[in-house]
Order: sequence, then structure tokens, then C-alpha cells
Amino acid sequence: MSIDKHLIRKDSLEKLFDILKQNSKKIYAPVPKNGKLSFKEAESYSEIPTGYIQTTQSSKEVAFPRTEKLLDYSKSNEGITVKGIKIDDFPEIILWGVRPCDAMGIDQISAIFNWDYKDEIYNSRLSRVTILGFSCSKADEYCFCTSVGGNPGNTEGSDILFTRLGDDGDYLAEVLTGKGSAITSMLPGLFEKAGEIKKEKFLADIPIKFKNEEIRKKLENFFESDQWIEHSLKCLGCGACAYVCPTCACFDIQDESHGKSGSRVRCWDSCGFSLFTLHTSGHNPREVQSQRWRQRIMHKFSYMPDRLSVYGCTGCGRCSRACPADMNILEQLISIQEAAV
Amino acid sequence: MDDLRKRARVLLETSEVKVVIGYEQGTAGKTRALFVEKPDDADRLIFDNHCIQNLAAYVTKAEVKNKGRMAIAATLPVMRSIIQLASEHQVSDNNLVVLGITPERKLVEFGNLTEVETFVHQYEIEIDTTYREKLDRLDKMAPSERWKFWIDELSPCFKCYACRAACPMCYCSRCTVDFNQPQWIPVPSHELGNLEWHIMRAVHLTGRCIDCDACYNACPLGIPLNLLTKKMIEDVRANFEGYQPSLNRGHLMSTYKPDDKENFIQ
Repeated sequence: MSIDKHLIRKDSLEKLFDILKQNSKKIYAPVPKNGKLSFKEAESYSEIPTGYIQTTQSSKEVAFPRTEKLLDYSKSNEGITVKGIKIDDFPEIILWGVRPCDAMGIDQISAIFNWDYKDEIYNSRLSRVTILGFSCSKADEYCFCTSVGGNPGNTEGSDILFTRLGDDGDYLAEVLTGKGSAITSMLPGLFEKAGEIKKEKFLADIPIKFKNEEIRKKLENFFESDQWIEHSLKCLGCGACAYVCPTCACFDIQDESHGKSGSRVRCWDSCGFSLFTLHTSGHNPREVQSQRWRQRIMHKFSYMPDRLSVYGCTGCGRCSRACPADMNILEQLISIQEAAV
Repeated sequence: MDDLRKRARVLLETSEVKVVIGYEQGTAGKTRALFVEKPDDADRLIFDNHCIQNLAAYVTKAEVKNKGRMAIAATLPVMRSIIQLASEHQVSDNNLVVLGITPERKLVEFGNLTEVETFVHQYEIEIDTTYREKLDRLDKMAPSERWKFWIDELSPCFKCYACRAACPMCYCSRCTVDFNQPQWIPVPSHELGNLEWHIMRAVHLTGRCIDCDACYNACPLGIPLNLLTKKMIEDVRANFEGYQPSLNRGHLMSTYKPDDKENFIQ
């Protein structure tokens, strides 16, 4: 579909929000709590801040919740009864205020959920999500989307991408998919036909720091590098990086039982935890943190492009911002690129 | 902190220790842990107001302690953590040298951990007024209101366990929450799972937490979970004669005395 360009007046965004809300759409947008922004169901437009660089958590939870029921079971003398969940009952969601890096990340995380097995639950949730992306006019020193194939005005993954034309300006709305045009055609009064607008000058300047392909090439002979140990000694081994990451998809299956019945649930997990690879025998193939840190980088920059033809990093910088020990992924990637190997 | 850099260099040159744990300049204006193994790298050590991460969390980490005898740049909260860890037999004079940094930012050297204990006992653990007010507000709430407060505050928790990883006292090789056969507390980060996790952590830290705020500082979601541990510190203080970390006083929550004043235990 060719890009359909419209203009929406700055005062009309609130109207758009209200009308979508009145049409009983659930709108998930960045909502602050304790000084951190996460995508939550927003009740009113005023809850959504403007001018944020990035949300603390990514938007992946709309399709991959931190914890979700997969099935219910019950045991009786006759045997075991299993009842799956209804995957057609997931709500229609509008994801509002997503940055282009997150929107691009949806393709990456979807590749994981559709590799050897098509995850119906994930796919069904995602099929009901409409993504309203917002370009970045500001960036910080953690941002590096341009090094991994993205850019602050990237349309990839969004159904509509809004770009603010100046600090107090109106918005360019690039309508990119059928889901996007369903919104604009529902509200023709809000969207005006736009002329030729160059959005580039309104976008953040994010210099390229490395090249994905070069990192991938370097990693072919980097498995035994001492760099993994040097960089990861300070790593505390928590899962903050994985849980704020838009493309980390590892999960754990747990049974929550109550007597003779219970539920099977899927919960986020992380390769940063030592328990993640611990075998029943007591053997742990990744027994030290440097091996776990290596896994994180290798998975995103070597294993994923090898197997899934996509990289696993959007350059959003969330992991580095969230890390309590200043494990900075950009610093690690630059030092891999610069290594003599 | 030239004194610190010089002392670290000497300790490494004389092979008195194999690694010095301190702070270095990190990225984006942050500071972070540095593990100095070569004397020349001692010059990378820094100390300023931003150095608040509790480095004692590293002395029980296999990757660090397996390097050999350690020295640690230790602010007051780090020194308190070390005394508590020593009382739990996790560190000793044999494997740790403490390079104390006083609240006035002076380097103070100690011959052994007993001297560290004497030093830290000059300073009371003080809950600052902002937190004091928050705790007072919580105390005055009706139980149902307080319940609502905690359910709401803990709801964002996605169980990344940064609080546990950053805490020097959370050194168990396998945490209760990591057991699933049988499952002691719910693993999923739903309402009950989050509530049970944070209550369990607070109770396990009762009489051990030294109020460094590492858990709160590490939380990527800004959950005020240190309110729980601060409350425990106040309760412990009120009920156990001003308890503080100590090498020889026994363990608050796991010490049995035949002459205990409570009769339920006799």
C-alpha cells in the first residue's frame, strides 16, 4: 500500500482519542507511574504526556503479556480435562504513542513467535492491535536505532505514523495499512489531505555508531573472546534488560494448581537468570554471567539473523537505561565492532 | 580519592589482594562497579556523590570471589552490609579487606572486620524525614486502605528481580521464588504473585536489611519497595533494643534463647 499522507491539527489529536474511546476501543498509551512510563489503558487523553523520549517498558505486552493463561485443567477419577482459552476473545486494542523503534520491533518478536511453531495466542492478540506510531523529535545518548536499520521517522510496523511538524506544530499522519485507513476513513473530518511535506527536518538526529552486518560478521569468531567476561563482571544477573526489551521473547511455563484443578500460565523469563538454563541434573551449561551476557548479544546479533532473517535489537536503548549496574549494550556493541579479531 | 587509588595499587602490587572492587565512570553520566586486577588500572577508580550502588552485592558473587582475596571501596552502607555478611559467614578477614570511605569522604583503613564494626557503630541507621512521613501516612491508614495502597504500588512489578540482584543480603544460590516443585509462592507476576514475592523478601530481610536503598534504586519501575524494609527496620528497632548489624550478636530472626521473654516459644 502506498503511503497516504494527511495532516491532523494539533488540537484534533484529543478529539481522535475521544472518538476512538467512544467507539469502545481500548487505548493503550504511555501512562506515568512513579516517574516511569508504561503502556497502560488510558482513560483520558490528558493522562498521556508529550515530549517523552522513550517509555520505560516496551509495548510488547499487548501481544505478549508478562503472564497469561494458556489453559485450565481439572483432575477427577475419570481422568484429566483440559480446556484451552478462547483466542478469538482478545480485545481490539489501539496502541497509541509507540516510538518507531518499538513498531519495528514487532516484526522481530513476531519472527520468534512464528519460527518453527506458529503461536496462535500471540498472533491472535497481535492481529487485534492497531499501532499509532509517533516519530521522535528528540533522542538521548542511549538511542541507536539508526545503527540497527531504523530511524526516528521509520514507518515500518506502524499503521499510522504521526510526525509533529515543529515543537508546537500540527501532525503529519502517514497512513500505512488497512488498519490505519480504517481510522482515517471513519473520521474524515479530522484528517486533511497533506501536500508534499518533508518530515526529516523535524526528526531527532541519531548518528550511526556501528553496522549490524559488521557486528554479525565479527561475532562469527567472537565466542571465546575475553570481552564477555570484562563487560559482564558488573552484571548483577537480573532480568531488567530482557523485560523492558521490545524483542526479548523468552518465557517459562508454570502450573498454578488449586487442589485438583488449576491453570497453566506463560510467564516472562530471561537468559540473564542462572535458573534459565539449569538442568534437572544440576548441570548448568551457562554457569557464569559472562556466558549469559554473551547469549543475549549472540542471540540478537547472530542467532536471530541466521535463523529468522531479522536482527533482535531495535536500538531503543531501554536495556541500558534500565540496568542497575550500567551494562550498556551500545558500549558493548561498539567494542565488538572495534575489536581486533 | 587519590588515597584510595594509591592504596588499591599497593594492595595489588604486593599481592595482598587479587581484586579491588570500586567505582568507575560509567556511561551517560552514571557510575558503576569496577574490578581492578592490575595495579595500573587503579587510576580508573573514582568516588563522588553518584557512587551509591551497594558494591557489597559483588563479594558473594562466584565470578568475583573466585578471583581470590578482595578489597572493597566501602561507604557506610557497604560497611554495614559487610558486617552483616560476615556475621552470616559469607565474608571474613581471610577473603576481604575493607577500604572505608567515611561520610566526610576520607579513606579509613581497618586491620580487620572488628574494627569496621566499631567504626560503623558510631553511626545510627537513620530513616530520613521524607520516608518517615511516608511511613507515618501508611501507619495511619486503615488496613483496607493500606492493602489497596500496596496492591496498587506492586501492580507494575514484572519480577525482573533487580531488587534481589542488587541487594547484598540476597545471596542465596536458589531463592524461594525460584522453586516450582513444589511452588512456595506464585511465580507469575499477577496481583497475588507480586504481593507474596515482596512480602517474602521483606520478611527475609528483617533484622538483616541495613537500609541502603539498593533495591529501590535498582527497580526499573520505581516501585517504592524500600518502604517495606524501612518499616521492618523501625519495628526491629522498637522491639529488639536498637538492633543493628553486628559480628557477634546472633541473628534476630533465627536465634533461639531458652530465656526468651515470649512464652509461646518455651
